[in-house]
Amino acid sequence: MLKADDLRVHFPVRSGLFLRQTGAVKAVDGVSLELAGGETLGLVGESGCGKSTLGKALVRLLKPTSGSIHFEGRDMSHIGQRALRPLRRDFQMIFQDPAESLDARMSVRSLIEEPFRIHGMGSRAERKKWVDELLDTVGLSAASAERYSFEFSGGQRQRIGIARALALKPKWLVCDEPVSALDVSVQSQILNLLVDLQKEFGLSYLFIAHDLSVVKHISDRVAVMYLGKIVELADSETIYRNPKHAYTKALLSAVPVADPKVKRKKILLEGDVPSPIDPPEGSAFGHRLNHPRYDETIGMDLSLKEIEPGHWVAADPCCLEPEDWKRLS
Amino acid sequence: MSEENLLEVDRLITSFETERGLLRAVDQVSFSIPYGKTVGIVGESGCGKSVTAMSIMRLLPQPSGKVLGGEIHFKGEDLLHASDKRMREVRGGEIGVIFQEPMIALNPVHRIGRQVAEVFRVHKKMSKKDAWDAATEMLALLRIPAPEKRMMDYPHHLSGGMRQRVVIALALACRPDLIVADEPTTALDVTVQAQILDLLGQLQSEMDMSVMLITHDLGVIAETCDEVVVMYAGRVVESAPVEELFGNPLHAYTKALLRSIPTLDTPPKSVLPTIPGTVAALADYTHDCRFCQRLGKKTVTTRERPEFKEVQPGHRLEICKECSDL
Repeated sequence: MLKADDLRVHFPVRSGLFLRQTGAVKAVDGVSLELAGGETLGLVGESGCGKSTLGKALVRLLKPTSGSIHFEGRDMSHIGQRALRPLRRDFQMIFQDPAESLDARMSVRSLIEEPFRIHGMGSRAERKKWVDELLDTVGLSAASAERYSFEFSGGQRQRIGIARALALKPKWLVCDEPVSALDVSVQSQILNLLVDLQKEFGLSYLFIAHDLSVVKHISDRVAVMYLGKIVELADSETIYRNPKHAYTKALLSAVPVADPKVKRKKILLEGDVPSPIDPPEGSAFGHRLNHPRYDETIGMDLSLKEIEPGHWVAADPCCLEPEDWKRLS
Repeated sequence: MSEENLLEVDRLITSFETERGLLRAVDQVSFSIPYGKTVGIVGESGCGKSVTAMSIMRLLPQPSGKVLGGEIHFKGEDLLHASDKRMREVRGGEIGVIFQEPMIALNPVHRIGRQVAEVFRVHKKMSKKDAWDAATEMLALLRIPAPEKRMMDYPHHLSGGMRQRVVIALALACRPDLIVADEPTTALDVTVQAQILDLLGQLQSEMDMSVMLITHDLGVIAETCDEVVVMYAGRVVESAPVEELFGNPLHAYTKALLRSIPTLDTPPKSVLPTIPGTVAALADYTHDCRFCQRLGKKTVTTRERPEFKEVQPGHRLEICKECSDL
């Protein structure tokens, strides 16, 4: 349904007296992915790896620098805002912090009604009916409509954000850290709601989060991102049971397990994610690991290769076990 | 006061003066922190975890916040009635604090070196030069690469993980007996969180400190704590050694909390157990069991406050007919 091909989003870095472009932040640097109807694709990675930028580029809140995005066969990567507007009904976004993404001066009714007004849909009476239905769908009482978003708790506010995103009956949604600002007990309510909505309306999700247990719970497939690139992509069981890339392994081992009897050996990484302004020339993660084979990877093609059916991993000698590397090369 | 406890908090009551009257954010909270151990305080936002910590350090927002009752003993000393001068010595000297957001804890207009050296200047009355050297040593102890260079940096030069190391350096500078860490890794990525928790654990055993770790992450609790205190709506509902609490939770709230987190073993897209309702607003807290209030249950007990007592050695529980297993 959705297909991105070699997508790049670079932000110019300007400096000097005439603000000449002196470099670029390569936030998303050559990402290709597909999203099928009714599927959830999880996207994980550390902060600054470009996962939110990728999400925003896919819903065209950002203009990609190069590469293409095809939605149901139509190229929407470089069309203008006006031509984009009718298409926007099909894809929406749920943001991390509903306190910031909802206008505090608008009642819940006008917040949820806004998409209909922008798209000139329905009469006043119809819109009222639709808002009431949407509130019911996300589990809020009809009386909430006349109140303001700040009167609600975090979880209820996120429900308002979801109702707004669902208003135009989209086909797919980008959920950017939708539960990370919530308490665990509320988090599970919102996750259940997202799963229910997916079943009811056949939605597809691109689910961005840093909490790996949450991502595993909700996703069919998971993509792991590091420094603007996807380094591993597989269905979620496989990626958690049998990770191939060294970064995925480190990420998984770092997740704290809520069971004091489990004592695991952690892979502790040194240092931080390198700057996307001046990324290493070769394997980015190999550079962080100080891997002896790093020099070989400069200029090497490190793109994703299918190691097992449906399991894609970056062909990178620094980050793969020797036997996996042999199978790929 | 028991000999093996570094800190004892007994029936602490902290209130805030608001437009709606005097509201009790912390309502008779009791727990203790033994020497050399890590005690986790867990609960949802607004349950009073941070207010408890602020009460111990006497850093409540003034003039609205007040401790109205209870006792706090630190190494046998009554902290609630200590002089302001003495409290300034205790804070940063004998009790170190690590806050959640390192960008707020550090002053953006001063160099890292000056901020870390200041602790030595104030608490140890060191000369400028000695304090600077001690600060450099402290950064090296926290495995900050090239500490001499980092001393000259401003906080915004550093990554989140490095900044949090600087905050920990500030807290550990005087080799305190107790570290109060309020959500120290919540703002960090999992890989950096693992580094920081590992480092904190090592330094804790090297320096023989106790840690009070406030978090909402049960995974972090399970991996780092010796004992756990579960708070709900301003009260402690259950406290026990970590294996006991995870293996044999007795309060309905603790059980619900443990069930509601997805783990890597939960079947995908299955319905996660949730806790119905939401935490009542501070002004609407009932006097009887507050978890019953959330569940909308009419408690069988009268309007009496549920008793909090030791039910098994080391395992303490708030007794409510509906919510506790006994």
